[in-house]
Amino acid sequence: MAFWIASSPHNHIQKSTSSLMRLVILAAFPGVLAQWYFFGWGNLIHICIAMITAILCEFIILSLRDKKISEQLFDGSALLTALLIGVCLPALAPWWISVIGTIFAIAIAKHLYGGLGHNPFNPAMAGYVMLLISFPLQMTTWQPPLSLMEMELNFSNTLTTIFTGFTLDGYSVEQLRTTIDGVTMATPLDTLKTSITMGLTITEATQSAVFGEHFALGWEWINLAFLLGGLYLISQKAIAWQTPVSFLFSLFLCSFIAYSINPDSSASTMFHWFSGATMLGAFFILTDPVTGATSVKGRVVIGLLAGLLVYLIRAFGGYPDGVAFAVLLCNMSAPLIDQYTRPRTYGHSKESS
Amino acid sequence: MTILIAILVFGLISALFGALLGYASVRFKVDADPIVEQIDAILPQTQCGQCGYPGCKPYAQAVADGEAINKCAPGGEDTIKKIADLMGVEAEPLDESHEQDNRPKVAFIIEEDCIGCTKCIQACPVDAILGAAKQMHTIIADECTGCDLCVAPCPVDCIEMRVVPETTQNWLWDLNSIPVQQID
Amino acid sequence: MESIINRINQQKFWSFHGGVHPPEQKAITNQKPIKTLSLPDQLIIPLQQHIGRQGDLLVKVGDHVLKGQPLTQSANPMAVPIHAPTSGKVADIKHSVIAHPSGFTELCIFLEVDHQDTWVKRTPCNDITRLSNQEIIQKIADAGIAGMGGAGFPTHIKVNTKPDINFLIINAAECEPYITADDLLMCEHSESIVDGIKILDQLLSPAFILIGIEDNKPKAIDALKKATAEIEKIHVCVLPTKYPTGGEKQLIQLLTGKEIKSGNLPIKEGIIMQNVATCFAISEAVIHDTPLLQRVVTVTGQALEKPQNVWALLGTPIHYLLNQCGFDNKGMEKTPVIMGGPMMGFSLPTDTVPVVKTTNCILAPSYKEMPSAFEGSSAEVECIRCGQCADVCPTNLLPQELQWSAKAKDYPQLKKLNLSDCIDCGACAYVCPSHIPLVQYYRVAKAEIRQQQQQEIKAEKAKARFEARKQRLEKEKIARELKHKKAAEARKAAMNKSTPEAAEAKSAVAAALARVKAKKAASQKSSENTASTQASEETTIQDNKKAQVAAAIARAKAKKQEKIAPQESSSSAENESVKDDKKAKIAAAVAKAKAKKEQNKAAESEPEQAKASTSADKKANAIAKAKAKALAKKTASNNSDDSSKEQKAPLDKEAKKAAAIAKAKAKAKAKALAKKDKASDVKNNSQDDSQISNDNDNQDISQTGTPDKVKDSSDKDTKKAAIIAKAKAKAKALAKKQLASESASEESQMIEQQKGAK
Repeated sequence: MAFWIASSPHNHIQKSTSSLMRLVILAAFPGVLAQWYFFGWGNLIHICIAMITAILCEFIILSLRDKKISEQLFDGSALLTALLIGVCLPALAPWWISVIGTIFAIAIAKHLYGGLGHNPFNPAMAGYVMLLISFPLQMTTWQPPLSLMEMELNFSNTLTTIFTGFTLDGYSVEQLRTTIDGVTMATPLDTLKTSITMGLTITEATQSAVFGEHFALGWEWINLAFLLGGLYLISQKAIAWQTPVSFLFSLFLCSFIAYSINPDSSASTMFHWFSGATMLGAFFILTDPVTGATSVKGRVVIGLLAGLLVYLIRAFGGYPDGVAFAVLLCNMSAPLIDQYTRPRTYGHSKESS
Repeated sequence: MTILIAILVFGLISALFGALLGYASVRFKVDADPIVEQIDAILPQTQCGQCGYPGCKPYAQAVADGEAINKCAPGGEDTIKKIADLMGVEAEPLDESHEQDNRPKVAFIIEEDCIGCTKCIQACPVDAILGAAKQMHTIIADECTGCDLCVAPCPVDCIEMRVVPETTQNWLWDLNSIPVQQID
Repeated sequence: MESIINRINQQKFWSFHGGVHPPEQKAITNQKPIKTLSLPDQLIIPLQQHIGRQGDLLVKVGDHVLKGQPLTQSANPMAVPIHAPTSGKVADIKHSVIAHPSGFTELCIFLEVDHQDTWVKRTPCNDITRLSNQEIIQKIADAGIAGMGGAGFPTHIKVNTKPDINFLIINAAECEPYITADDLLMCEHSESIVDGIKILDQLLSPAFILIGIEDNKPKAIDALKKATAEIEKIHVCVLPTKYPTGGEKQLIQLLTGKEIKSGNLPIKEGIIMQNVATCFAISEAVIHDTPLLQRVVTVTGQALEKPQNVWALLGTPIHYLLNQCGFDNKGMEKTPVIMGGPMMGFSLPTDTVPVVKTTNCILAPSYKEMPSAFEGSSAEVECIRCGQCADVCPTNLLPQELQWSAKAKDYPQLKKLNLSDCIDCGACAYVCPSHIPLVQYYRVAKAEIRQQQQQEIKAEKAKARFEARKQRLEKEKIARELKHKKAAEARKAAMNKSTPEAAEAKSAVAAALARVKAKKAASQKSSENTASTQASEETTIQDNKKAQVAAAIARAKAKKQEKIAPQESSSSAENESVKDDKKAKIAAAVAKAKAKKEQNKAAESEPEQAKASTSADKKANAIAKAKAKALAKKTASNNSDDSSKEQKAPLDKEAKKAAAIAKAKAKAKAKALAKKDKASDVKNNSQDDSQISNDNDNQDISQTGTPDKVKDSSDKDTKKAAIIAKAKAKAKALAKKQLASESASEESQMIEQQKGAK
């Protein structure tokens, strides 16, 4: 027996990075389940493809970088990235979309910048944006909610569609996307944007079936599920509450102002909250600690900025949803925000700190 | 006529600019080479002369004039890197002839051997040796820079360089070097 | 201030940023009374147990000491004495591992306990109100009390301040998990603690006394409230449990809402904080005249069978405490034993480390309860910037940014991020999900920054000294050059002036005189004596005259010297003032006088008597003369031996010759000596002897050389040789003088230089 020298503090909260990551993955489950319920197997299949790719990619790069593979491979960060990519993709996108996106996210957005803890951009969002820009066609093959679909989309059909482009019965993705009414489907945000460009008012636009009874058929429940998961994360102190709260507040404020000024061409505040990737972005992407701001004030600023950007892109940008872009822009400004929002150290006056 | 005007105009302009330049060179003259000061600030100021120059300032001057930057043994890699950054050149490893351990040292005079020749007193660049002819000399340890310039001149080899001992005051929290005891 | 008290009366407090709630684990020990252990066989008492300096030893190996006897003392105010915790024999005084995170060895007194526990004489004081503040402070200082909360700042310095204190805060928070030492001390000795607080009250006369205590010590709170019920000034403030409430700055913020400015001491805000254990020690010291000999130590952890609080004598080795409490962690290959709490304590390298004044806890955890203590830094992964560390930091720093800068050794940035305000509490490292030993990084960075600052100061000093030296050398060089130039000019001037001719003329006259005298002597000798053996006797008889001649020459020389001396003195000490010139003149005058005296004496007395003369100079002179004479005799006798074998006629002549030569030699020597005497007087140093001996050597050589010549050469030749020898001797003497004066001036320069260096 020998005495053992260690540095203080000697006890530890016994939390670890990997357990934190696992918690986040766990908290995403309700959202993923809701997605599965409304849109079928597509996203689950993409999540699986992305995860396998991520693990392989991580393994190769870690061995190239001479890192401790056993510890870092399963720290959960790659899996979380893969999960987020899988969740974001259109359910019927071809398989190579998620493979390319994941490889880009892991190899380029994460490891080329120094690996976990050093990447300036959220890898999942960087991958997603790369796909969106490079493969606009495949990335907009949104599938309507199952309840609106003409054809039944079971697991095997989804699988063959993702891998071959056709269902077992030979239907193409385009045909699948056609609803009972014979209209090609898009997301509610997409539809809204198109309608408004065509000169319709919000009320007229939201007559479309994709909007469902409340705000957006299916999406509202998915968002709610992600909100639930996010609240769980906050309660577990896995993520900081400031970012999602300020983000949602900012989005609410922007849409509220716009709605009060011009209710005809502006969607309601709740529509903004419960459609698209709002809740996913608020609780699972913006809160990524690596790429966000670290100080409390900085987190608030990031949230406000992201909310504003999301609204601006949704209302005036070329893309229907703006969470991914907003996140990347916020990532860029995070170091600067950190620089200017340093807390006042104990015993230092405001000016000197 | 036009040619004349052209020549005149250009002549005037060039004269004007020439005067301007001349004035500027006098008005905004840089007195000393500030790079020397900057290099001198980086050097450890042990004044040891191991670089071949009689002190840190002369070596700084030499570096500014193109001398190799890797001759400062007391400064070590750290200083070389800083000079390289300042000069915009590649950092080089320390000159082979100067390779030695970089632990801080102070000179120590074995007093019973000292014959009081005052040779070390004349060698010390910082006047850290106390003594008079035929009297035993001693080192003011607080002022000694550890340059070891006094070691060579001593005719009886009574000066040795001793590593400054680590105490609780200057301990750098190296937990790994603590010897642990086996108990049973 | 009133509002602060109002708030406190309503039990409303401020809060500090961050903080953590590690598992308390105080229940392991806080239900058992403090146990008094039997005496250990050996105590290891480090000379320094606090911040500051160690005192000077009062005991030596083999001394028998009594309990409470001081072992060190010092006039330095930052030193506090240590005392023998029990009676026994000083077995050894040597280096041993001390209670410091570094595991370094320092001087310790090894006390062999005699188990008698005999006290020194004590004088308890029953009425402290009669003591003056200075007396109390002296008692506290003599008792060797240093802050017992952890830092170990000498208490007598802390309490010796101007009486402008708003708050005296008694720190009873004990926020570290596991530790219950203060808790139990408060439960069992609340009266003594309150006595100590009263003494502090008397010393500092604060406006209010606040006792800050966490709400996880209900018994201690009750005891304190009971003990202080009648004192209106004292407020027991029950604070919510949160680590690090017991931090000095945090407790001040909690109780008063004030922040202590970075780099300031609380005293600047009129606040003084003392630990409860220190209060107890103060009351023991002042009232019972008991120095700080023992303290309560919590020995705890699940690796122990009987975790408990014990009264441990200072110097008790850890292994004794561990054995008493049933330490068993044998299943583990490596086991940490921590001195202090789990958050800020340090792990010990060996079990011979003694309990010191700041030791409040010995923690021996099992792997199950504290796995991270067994891991070291191996579990560290990359920082993911989660910011939890910043959330818990009680000083509102940004630990993650500090960590990056510390790893990059970016010290300017660390200073900008206020690393120096970090209190090493360990809250950040406690919550870090990446298991980064943040505090360790900060401590290394802090130590390196401190070292760098010291080195910068040192380099600055070295630079200044180097420049100063360079300047001095430059000045000296210029001065030397000037001196040389002046000396050269002076020499030239002297040459051009009357001296050369005069000196030559004089020397010529002197030489002629000498020759005449020698001739006379020789003729006298030849006329009066025939035997060669008598020749030497003759010379002695003739010495009267010879001495006269020598004296005359010396006089002449002295005169000459008189002229040269001022010049010489000015050349040898040009940079000296007019005074020195005067001195030189005086010296010259003295030399002259001496020369005269000598002349007189020589004229009056026999040369044998001259030998016995008192003056050292004269003696040397005489010795030299005698030597010359002896040599002359020798050569004469040699010659006579040779000649007696051959012819009688040349023998006479030869004897005469020899005598003449000897005489000439003696004269030359006398001259040289006279000159030297003067020179040496001017020099005022002690090199004469060596010079004289050198001269003698030289003359010996010339003398040994001459007899050979004498044998072969004719009368004239011998005369010539004698003259030459004389001239040589003179020249040599002159050269010597020159050298001597030069070396003297150089030496004086050297001395000056060293003075400058000093």
